[in-house]
Amino acid sequence: MSTLEVKSLTKRFGSLVAVRDVSMTVAKGELRAVIGPNGAGKTTFFNLVSGFFAPTSGSILFEGRDVAGFSAHERVGMGMARTFQITEIFPELTVFENVRIAAEVAAGYRLRPWLSRADTAELRRRVEETLALAGLTGKANRLVGELAHGDQRAAEIAMALALKPRLLLLDEPTAGMGDQETYEITQLVRRLHKDGNLTIVLIEHDMRVVFHLADRITVLDQGTFLAEGTPQEIATNDAVQTAYLGKAA
Amino acid sequence: MTPDLQKRAAPWLHVAALAAIWAALIAAPFWMPLFGGYTALGSRVLVLGLAAMSLNFLLGFTGVLSFGHAAWFGLGAYGAGFVLKWAVLSSPVAVIAGTLFGGIVGALLGMLLVRRRGVYFAMVTIAFGQVFYYIAFQWSSVTGGDDGLRGFERQPLDFGAFRVDLLHDDRAFYYFALVCFAIAVTLMAFILRSPFGRTMIAIRENERRARFLGIPIEFHIWAAFSLSCFFMAFAGALYALLNNFADPRVFHYSLSGDFVIMAVMGGMRTFWGPLLGAIVFVVLQDYISSVTVNWMSFIGMLIVLIVLFFPRGILGLVERRTA
Repeated sequence: MSTLEVKSLTKRFGSLVAVRDVSMTVAKGELRAVIGPNGAGKTTFFNLVSGFFAPTSGSILFEGRDVAGFSAHERVGMGMARTFQITEIFPELTVFENVRIAAEVAAGYRLRPWLSRADTAELRRRVEETLALAGLTGKANRLVGELAHGDQRAAEIAMALALKPRLLLLDEPTAGMGDQETYEITQLVRRLHKDGNLTIVLIEHDMRVVFHLADRITVLDQGTFLAEGTPQEIATNDAVQTAYLGKAA
Repeated sequence: MTPDLQKRAAPWLHVAALAAIWAALIAAPFWMPLFGGYTALGSRVLVLGLAAMSLNFLLGFTGVLSFGHAAWFGLGAYGAGFVLKWAVLSSPVAVIAGTLFGGIVGALLGMLLVRRRGVYFAMVTIAFGQVFYYIAFQWSSVTGGDDGLRGFERQPLDFGAFRVDLLHDDRAFYYFALVCFAIAVTLMAFILRSPFGRTMIAIRENERRARFLGIPIEFHIWAAFSLSCFFMAFAGALYALLNNFADPRVFHYSLSGDFVIMAVMGGMRTFWGPLLGAIVFVVLQDYISSVTVNWMSFIGMLIVLIVLFFPRGILGLVERRTA
């Protein structure tokens, strides 16, 4: 069974059609990149999948289950986690506290008046494990708001990971980063995919990152589906060349 | 004892500060007269300080501004007054009944509120407060109207073997209020340190992120709002006992505004800030109003200075220095 199956998804904002009749299927364990020029509807697509807003028509199946009736927070509970194009974190809390909140919610503790010592220790272990994975161990006690941009992005990914998702939606994880930071985030995503066997859908502008990471690529253009295939197929696809890569080159 | 955000200072400093706060509160009836204070003023500080801390439980730790929290304070006050006047001659029963009355009504009306945000939320809370103000004002046969609810007195505490006369012994009432205050703020601190409390802080810090961590935002805001209403009504019930009287102004939006001022002035991102704000507010009010009727203009100037130069409030400034 595929992890994510999107069928003829459409979203209108008044007369603007942000996403028009887009379908795609993401297999379990796959890393899918969604690319396209600005205004292609990529972020709207993410917002529909994650429940930020409801589609005008079409359906979204997560692990075979229609998520239409589930609100954003319920979809997180089902195993979908996302990051945002503009980093969304808790700036006045430490890295550790940021990730701990995610881990507590994921463990179902959000209404608990207290935690046992064992629960607290287990939670701490899980948070430290996640921080180690994201390469943030040394910065656990720093305020997230004071970190460099790249570390803030890593912290946001760490929060998503602490939710123990089975589908991770990353919206431009390397946006606004220098070469070194881009490399580190790319390596992190690669580890999550290869070692963690996590299913990931990724929006990305940096083609080096896309071609380095993706198993398959979906190209959107002005809200519509343009092409889908392996990185090689996409690189040699004429339609994509004209619509997107052609302009960039 | 206090939430995460405040634990960044060295642990010993934290313990020392807590010990100092409680020692000062416990010893207040003995040191206040040296500075021209009196015990009833201390009780007033405690009760209004508790109200400001209750408001700040929502404002400072969930990031939701209610401009009508006097409504729940007033319901607590009238609730306690009704019980003492017509039902049971017992101070604890009156306080508990007032707390439940204001808390439950607040929780029910809160359901209508949680989808509103920011200014809209604040406006609706003001409206609720004013509705209760006019009910108390107009329904004279029950509430005493503009004259207020009179004809009740706080009752002695009866422990069987001995009785504590709260009515004539100001110190006894101060310590009764202090015990109530201690119970309420301990509970608040406990909640803020719990996983639920951390979801409140998460919502304050970034609502969108919190939602996409799987937190049902509306429910958590409602829960925080409701808890805040119960604490507020508790303070209001104590206020009725403090004055042996309740009048419609306890519902008025100007009192709600006073609570917001206390919280902001003291430091709304800090746990104890609102108490400090209440001390400054109540003491200045008491002192300046004995000199001039225009006391509010002096408080106003002070607020302007604090907001301009210490936007994190008085305690916010101190904590930043020590952190």
